[in-house]
Amino acid sequence: MAAAPKNHDNLPGGILGKAIIWVDDRFPLLENWKAHLSEYYAPKNFNFWYYFGSLAMLVLVLQIVTGIFLTMNYKPDAALAFASVEYIMRDVPWGWLIRYMHSTGASMFFVVVYLHMFRGLMYGSYRKPRELIWIFGCLIYLTLMAEAFFGYLLPWGQMSYWGAQVIINLFATVPFIGEDLAVWIRGDYNVGDATLNRFFAFHVIALPLVLLGLVAAHILALHEVGSNNPDGVEIKKNKDPKTGTPLDGIPFHPYYTVKDIVGVVVFLMIFTVIVFFMPEMGGYFLEYNNFIPADPLKTPEHIAPVWYFTPFYAMLRAVPSMFGSQFPGVAVMGAATLILFALPWLDRGKVKSIRYRGPVYKAWLWAFVVSFLILGYLGVVPTTVWGQLPKGLPLLGGMDTATLVARLLTIVYFLFFLLMPWYTKNDKELPEPERVTS
Amino acid sequence: MSAIVEEGVDPKKRRLLTIATAAVGAAGAASVAVPFLFSMKPSARALAAGAAVEVDLSLLEPGQQITVEWRGAPVWVLHRTQDMLTQLAKNDGFLADPASGSSKQPEYAKNAHRSRDPKYLVVKGVCTHLGCSPTKRSEIGAAAGDLGADWPGGYFCPCHQSKFDLSGRVFKGMPAPTNLEIPPYAIAGTRLVVGDDKA
Repeated sequence: MAAAPKNHDNLPGGILGKAIIWVDDRFPLLENWKAHLSEYYAPKNFNFWYYFGSLAMLVLVLQIVTGIFLTMNYKPDAALAFASVEYIMRDVPWGWLIRYMHSTGASMFFVVVYLHMFRGLMYGSYRKPRELIWIFGCLIYLTLMAEAFFGYLLPWGQMSYWGAQVIINLFATVPFIGEDLAVWIRGDYNVGDATLNRFFAFHVIALPLVLLGLVAAHILALHEVGSNNPDGVEIKKNKDPKTGTPLDGIPFHPYYTVKDIVGVVVFLMIFTVIVFFMPEMGGYFLEYNNFIPADPLKTPEHIAPVWYFTPFYAMLRAVPSMFGSQFPGVAVMGAATLILFALPWLDRGKVKSIRYRGPVYKAWLWAFVVSFLILGYLGVVPTTVWGQLPKGLPLLGGMDTATLVARLLTIVYFLFFLLMPWYTKNDKELPEPERVTS
Repeated sequence: MSAIVEEGVDPKKRRLLTIATAAVGAAGAASVAVPFLFSMKPSARALAAGAAVEVDLSLLEPGQQITVEWRGAPVWVLHRTQDMLTQLAKNDGFLADPASGSSKQPEYAKNAHRSRDPKYLVVKGVCTHLGCSPTKRSEIGAAAGDLGADWPGGYFCPCHQSKFDLSGRVFKGMPAPTNLEIPPYAIAGTRLVVGDDKA
């Protein structure tokens, strides 16, 4: 069956136009160009918050490119790993730059992704018909956390080692099979060479492939249903009767490609300032203890994960052990990430965007964000940071104040989700406009 | 090409064959997964490296502790003084599991002093919370500084602030759920073997 002849009007003339036609006769080049760029209609009212999707793509590319060049000199061997990273930093020409770009990129990836997720929360971008986009996004977030965790072991410093030790032991708390599971993950009785070698394999090939697949699915799902916008109204409801394109939509290319380039420039300015002037970010992007080679016999005085994990780490610490098992804390931490998946079905509000939400939803969203930030802070400091409650207090006497606060905030975190079906349904919402506003 | 022939087709049989083929394919895929998953288990070299370790106890002064590496994890050998043993007997009321009922240890170490010989504590220096290695803080009371005036001497985990006594027993209300694990070991004269029940 012969395909219908393709429309090749409006192409540049000369050799370039001929080349495009030659390819397009053998590959759906123009079809995809149109579907995803020149004729993908995005709402015209995107604001500041809509930079972070394309920035996440930019950081992904940066991480892949810098990562490839790091593997050219890095040695995934417990005896050589630490020294090979120092070798990259000191002896490899420009090695320090590539390594700092990669380590800064890891943290900036999470900065961008957290802002991107918050945008989704604010404007209800997870709501019907965008549930699958949200689910792919959550999977990307989980994969990214795993990717960051595997990568953090590779420099084989003290924090690498003991961080991996703690996280792998989370699996050991699973009832009945935990011990064997932990040995299987490590490939040894302790975090060692076998662990480092396999984490390297996961970090440089397995998870990046998963990540790329998920990003493709995320974007395909987005382009199937179309982008949400700060007003949370569907632009596909109002189409130009002649052309059939949304009245409030503009082609992604050139309008948003140009807008996003502005975002990229500003982002790269911030990014390079960090890379050149504060790559360690005061111990938050690169922890000081990680400049000491891994020592399986000595745990550093204060262990804290990298900042992007700390809200969940604070929850883990806040939950006391029950029935002689640490599993409840681990379960709470796992639930805190998995509950995100349920969001599209928990929200019963009639409007999507924060602009038209009622006061109760706004208050809950603020409570959620503040809880998340304070938990993030508590995750980097020792539990003794705020001292102890007075001894005389009933029930709570002598308890670390920070632990109590972390417990309360963990509850707030979960209530934001669990009570959502009620407070979104009964909230005093404003009427949504028919068309996007500005 | 002629049209696909649909007469004489038994849809039930076709369905059965489809399911059977899919099941065989799935079983094959699952079987192939086994060698890949099992390749992640400890290798023969890792298993061999997990063999028992010997220590000469005659070199250990009273109050002194040494750390030996067994299966890549720290094992502490502490020569407890008489004062330490006296203090240990007074700790019971503050402990989460004083009789080690829900803790891991060989039968011969499930006693008041958690050891074969009351003098020598042999314990895995790995916190039962999440696997950090606690620090020995054997000084008592005010001398311990940050641990408070009523600190009876023991071990303190820097990761999540779990506290244990000098028998590796966890105090009440700590993140660590159980006492520190006692590895299998044997003592013959001054010869200690860690990792094996028989000397």
